Amino acid sequence: MEKFSTHTGIGVPLRQSNVDTDQIIPAVYLKRITRTGFEDALFSSWRKDPEFILNREPFVSGSVLVAGADFGTGSSREHAVWALKDYGFKAVLSSRFADIFRGNSGKQGLVAAEVAQDDIELIWKVLENAPGTEVTVDLVAKMVTAGSVVAPFQIDDYTRWRLLEGLDDIGLTLRDEPAITAFEAKRPPIKPTTLPAKF
Amino acid sequence: MTEETSPEAHDGAQVPTVSTSTPRKTAKTLAEKVWRDHVVKQGEGDGDAAQPDLLYIDLHLIHEVTSPQAFEGLRLAGRPLRRPDLTIATEDHNTPTLAIDKPIADLTSRTQIQTLRNNCAEFGVRLHSLGDAEQGIVHVVGPQLGLTQPGMTVVCGDSHTSTHGAVGALAFGIGTSEVEHVMATQTLPLKPFKTMAINVEGTLRPGVTSKDIILAVIAKIGTGGGQGYVLEYRGSAIRALSMDARMTVCNMSIEAGARAGMIGPDEITFEYLKGRAHAPEGEDWDAAVGYWKSLNTEADAEFDAEVFLDANTLEPFVTWGTNPGQGVSLSDNVPNPEDFGDDNAKAAAERALAYMDLKAGMPMKDIRVDTVFLGSCTNSRIEDLRAAADIVRGREKDPNIRMLVVPGSARVRLEAEAEGLDKVFLDFGAEWRFAGCSMCLGMNPDQLEPGERCASTSNRNFEGRQGKGGRTHLVSPVVAAATAIRGTLSSPSDLSPVVEPVETQSTSTVA
Repeated sequence: MEKFSTHTGIGVPLRQSNVDTDQIIPAVYLKRITRTGFEDALFSSWRKDPEFILNREPFVSGSVLVAGADFGTGSSREHAVWALKDYGFKAVLSSRFADIFRGNSGKQGLVAAEVAQDDIELIWKVLENAPGTEVTVDLVAKMVTAGSVVAPFQIDDYTRWRLLEGLDDIGLTLRDEPAITAFEAKRPPIKPTTLPAKF
Repeated sequence: MTEETSPEAHDGAQVPTVSTSTPRKTAKTLAEKVWRDHVVKQGEGDGDAAQPDLLYIDLHLIHEVTSPQAFEGLRLAGRPLRRPDLTIATEDHNTPTLAIDKPIADLTSRTQIQTLRNNCAEFGVRLHSLGDAEQGIVHVVGPQLGLTQPGMTVVCGDSHTSTHGAVGALAFGIGTSEVEHVMATQTLPLKPFKTMAINVEGTLRPGVTSKDIILAVIAKIGTGGGQGYVLEYRGSAIRALSMDARMTVCNMSIEAGARAGMIGPDEITFEYLKGRAHAPEGEDWDAAVGYWKSLNTEADAEFDAEVFLDANTLEPFVTWGTNPGQGVSLSDNVPNPEDFGDDNAKAAAERALAYMDLKAGMPMKDIRVDTVFLGSCTNSRIEDLRAAADIVRGREKDPNIRMLVVPGSARVRLEAEAEGLDKVFLDFGAEWRFAGCSMCLGMNPDQLEPGERCASTSNRNFEGRQGKGGRTHLVSPVVAAATAIRGTLSSPSDLSPVVEPVETQSTSTVA
């Protein structure tokens, strides 16, 4: 995973709450077996509307999505994060993220920055009044800046550390492999196993 | 679960009535005990700065959609799959429910299924493929085989993994990176959840089901109300539910924002598990039951939040909008966006009504539907099929309605056929399909047409969820059945009595 410390790019105001992962990427795109190449799938239904924000200049080249509350609800599909990343987004700002989406973002180096709804409203105004305004997401200081608006954001410290260091989760866990083996030795033998198969 | 927060009342919830005389942490909840018993390594630090705990995973369920990139990740890193004996796969999301003996027509779907088969063969994972008697929706298959048991940690790359919490397991959905992590290490680094009690007291009236309970819970706490929490469903109305019904409740925990929902194991749980293929036997069974009983939430344990719901007054529930929190009683009217407090909720309601093509104030029961879908990991178990069959038996389908009945697993299908339920549905004019996710999610051939309106026993009414432009009303199996008869959203109480066959007919009137 690439290290992330700070990013500055065009902010995209998405004035909508409950943006579920079926909207971020509809299920028909989930048949692919690759981890990349999902940029065309991002918001594919909404992008058929010429007025949709990502069809309008200068938002087409946006890289910081500023969304309403409860972003990423619904399905666990990590494809939602892949699609946002493939399109070019580096960070999503919302006052509340669905748990699984937030977890998936952290694994893939997409910053899910929790910003108070009042600040989201202020940033929306800035981006709508001056389209193309760049938003800076500073993961070191945990601050976002959009024009004159400067606001703090929340992200859990462990995820932040991993993003700053660009660390691979599996590699980290495997450092504790002896602890896993020790735990397995103590697991009760009456716990079920899938093999040998019983019917 | 480590935070010392006081219980908070949620939107519309009554003031919590929990004892505060006992210090926190002496008495534990079910979720906390299951967590405690799976900690491989405790994370250091407190609060926000805490490292995650490393949690052992007892069972990893796999399907074709969220696994190919994870298997590929293992291959690229040269890592083995650590515990094939704690892993099981099935084909469900992508599979057709007709002509399952023929090659899958859609090439991308066929490739994805074939990729799962290749991966399972390469890594030694048990797979139940299309055509196999144990194939079916992953969340129907696990409990059915007795593989999900109380006190276990269960994960799957699917948000409806919460279903397995009905047996008292801590079960939750994960993303593909986490799928790969579990494959490689059989663990997950996780921050402890907070706990929320959902207390449902009273007795459900006839025609009101577990689906109505969970839809009412979601409408009450909202789609984000459960974020960061494990829900524990409690109270007399929950205790009275069968296992199939409990699975329906836990299944939709994620629709309230909670990754997991649980129900304390009791005699109903043990009765369900006993004799299942992978359930313990003999002395092991007794030892297991002893352990399972010890896991229940202690009387003086505290939850971080509590919600109360009165089962006595609950009515059949239905959604009007495009998220599962946008629901009302079936006897209510379509709400008016003007009545929503904040601007964002109002805008969301306006947008939902436009998408759903509904007018504020119209009675929900006047809404005419095109399609009825009985299926999905929420409502495709044998009891769901029986309940719907009991409604349609001897009645006529509205001629304009298309009804799909899709058993959750091949095993459920066989069981239903042994009881003659297939005949009941076919005589009624419904389609009797093979097992799979089917019309729940619009990625296999079973999809709505643009503008088509569906009464669906599934779990999500998102825009386009059941097919591009499709409109979804979430309902219980008995409401689905009644709707198929009347053609408009209906509850069983709206139906005329069944016309008795001539030889037994007495005073019944012809409808």
